[in-house]
Amino acid sequence: MIVEFGAFALVLALALSVAQTGLSAAGGLRRSGALAGAGRGAALGAFAALACAFAALIYAFVTSDFSVANVAANSHTAKPLLYKVAGAWGSHEGSMLLWCLVLTGYGAAVAVFGERLPPRLRAWAVAVQGALGVLFLAYTVFASNPLARLADPPVEGRSLNPLLQDWALAVHPPFLYAGYVGFSVVFSFAVAALIEGKVDAAFARWVRPWTLAAWSLLTVGITLGAFWAYYELGWGGWWFWDPVENASFMPWLIGAALLHSAIVLEKRGALPGWTVFLALAAFGFSMLGAFLVRSGVLTSVHAFAVDPTRGVLLLSIMGIAAGFGFLMFAIRAPSLNAGGLFAPVSRESAIVLNNIILSAATATVLLGTLYPLIREAMDGEAVSVGPPFFNLTFTPLLVLALAILPAGPLLAWKRGDARLVVRRLWLALLVAAILGLAAYAVVTPRKALASLGLVLGFWLIGGALAELAERVKAFRAPWAEVRRRAGGLPRGAWGTTIAHAGLGLFVLGACFETAWKVETAQALSVGGRIELGGYVLTLTDVGTLEGPNYLAERGIVRIEKQGGGLVCTAQPERRFFPTGGQTTSEVALCPRGLDDLYVVIGERRAGANDQPAWLVRAYVNPWVRLIFLGPLVMALGGAISLSDRRLRMGVARKAKGAQA
Amino acid sequence: MAAIACMAAASDPSERLADPAQEARARDLFKEVRCLVCQNESIDDSEAALAHDLRLLVRDQVKQGRSDAEIRAFLTQRYGEFVLLKPPFSAGNAVLWLTPLGVLLIGGGLMVALLRRRRTAQAEPEALSADEEARLERLLKGE
Repeated sequence: MIVEFGAFALVLALALSVAQTGLSAAGGLRRSGALAGAGRGAALGAFAALACAFAALIYAFVTSDFSVANVAANSHTAKPLLYKVAGAWGSHEGSMLLWCLVLTGYGAAVAVFGERLPPRLRAWAVAVQGALGVLFLAYTVFASNPLARLADPPVEGRSLNPLLQDWALAVHPPFLYAGYVGFSVVFSFAVAALIEGKVDAAFARWVRPWTLAAWSLLTVGITLGAFWAYYELGWGGWWFWDPVENASFMPWLIGAALLHSAIVLEKRGALPGWTVFLALAAFGFSMLGAFLVRSGVLTSVHAFAVDPTRGVLLLSIMGIAAGFGFLMFAIRAPSLNAGGLFAPVSRESAIVLNNIILSAATATVLLGTLYPLIREAMDGEAVSVGPPFFNLTFTPLLVLALAILPAGPLLAWKRGDARLVVRRLWLALLVAAILGLAAYAVVTPRKALASLGLVLGFWLIGGALAELAERVKAFRAPWAEVRRRAGGLPRGAWGTTIAHAGLGLFVLGACFETAWKVETAQALSVGGRIELGGYVLTLTDVGTLEGPNYLAERGIVRIEKQGGGLVCTAQPERRFFPTGGQTTSEVALCPRGLDDLYVVIGERRAGANDQPAWLVRAYVNPWVRLIFLGPLVMALGGAISLSDRRLRMGVARKAKGAQA
Repeated sequence: MAAIACMAAASDPSERLADPAQEARARDLFKEVRCLVCQNESIDDSEAALAHDLRLLVRDQVKQGRSDAEIRAFLTQRYGEFVLLKPPFSAGNAVLWLTPLGVLLIGGGLMVALLRRRRTAQAEPEALSADEEARLERLLKGE
């Protein structure tokens, strides 16, 4: 009954989205507040209806209602509750429903929180958001209904892929989609502004908070995914330049470019055409990602919801939505104002450079991801484009962007003074260089490139601190004034500083881990020892245990410092899931400050003296925690920035009082 | 799914070469060679039987003293370009390799053009006129 109610609510959400589009568009055309208001009501209704549909799906999963095809295919009675719930978005159909839920949720948010927007722009934005909802909901209802019943329900379900039964992956899709689909609002605003024919500073001001929110959530989503890959796939890597990863990374890069170009548009009125183009492209890349991940046109390590036939439909939806957006752009772009002037050395120029590099990086990732398809279509040659390509092409671009980054926030708008920037940054550069040299001298084996990477990371953090010091006049003004200035700094400034420093943390972690991780693998019998990076690992015992829906072999590995002192006891497992006949390895992680000791146990095999042995692989991953901490700090910077915008948008007077 | 079958095994001691320098070279090569039957993994990461065979093959060639280029050529001849995770720089792949630089140069060119044009057109008005500034203020106050 509840499932039928959910299915009904899903169709209702589609109908309400149609109404939302029609009423809001009519409201925009006729300048009718009543029609636009009705459109907003429909937007709220669509979200409420979809929330009901989604709740019904979760209910079906929690109660293991195997008469629902999607539940039968992706759940099992023995599965822990968290993964029953997460199973609701673990499949193609369920994840599209989540996508729609987030899409209508953002539509409802614009309807509720947008009362300060010009009425027509708001009406158009709600209309476009509704139209996107119609496209994706129609797809969900007619081609990918997660609430469809089975005529002949099985007694037991086929269970969710065991690799997905993990807390990080359970919460990864909601964050990822909140980010991905958040760009739909940015897209809707861009189309609305193009319909109105006015892309100006005000547009940038409205679009920025949504971009910040979407980008920050996407950052968290990608980080969770990387962390999951790090400890669940079992070989210590965290980024594989896999098509599915690239699909999420492209909207992130474009979103980052948009965040910056929108600042130029807001503060200086420059780059309106480019900014609106990025606003359209960000969601375009989100949709491209949805298509790539689900269609199976590219092979991937972690594509879990593949269906080629429906891929064509997704491609069509993307074509219609992005096509309409870029058509509007082509029509309006020539009439857009070129905006404010700026000198070659200015903050505008720095941000334009940032945008050029991020665009080149996005183009590299896009072409690298699609190139196997392109070559195949061109001359039938099957080629692979893997990590070595991306490391060679993407990394130099990143280095370039990071090298100039600290200068940007210190440059004045319009016309900056390069000498002034040098005066404010030389100390940060010096400290970064010294720390890099120290790493080169101290850390073995000696690695020049990685040490340079560390210089870059310290340079970013030092640059961010230097900028903060400059803003509060640290070391130059009396302490009372420094404190007053720090208190008066807008949240946006704190956000910038924190996000840039977070990027620095990530760079430090990525360089250190990649260059200086050590690994070993040995077949050990009980009592066997291996030495690795100053630690001694002893396999003290191997036992079997029974999990809720798996059987496992668990090794007990004592990890001691060389020369005594227990560090921790790692308990890596090898789990067998009888339902799907699959085996996964459960990595044991021992955090040591920023480092991880990473232990994996392999299959039982014959060892010496007829003793059974297990292949134990262990890694010391130095500073690996920074790889995940850095992006979270970046997202935190985004969130802090966002709180600033809300203050300024909502309570303009109060924010002004605080700054005076 | 393949990820389950293909879990890192390159460092399995039973496969290793005696000479550490040769072993290190082989490991570096593994990262550039695709496990042909896996979804999207190098033979360094994969536990599949074919990856195992390919690792033995590469190790054998390293042991015989072949150069990296020779080994890559050998693999390409046997399995096609598909086996290399880093596409060779050839006429067919020029677009791929030159795109990053190309976009960078085009972007740089556009920026220079923008700055030039700006300098000659000094008379252009400011981004926001006082009038527009006032309107923005009104809008943000929610009128």
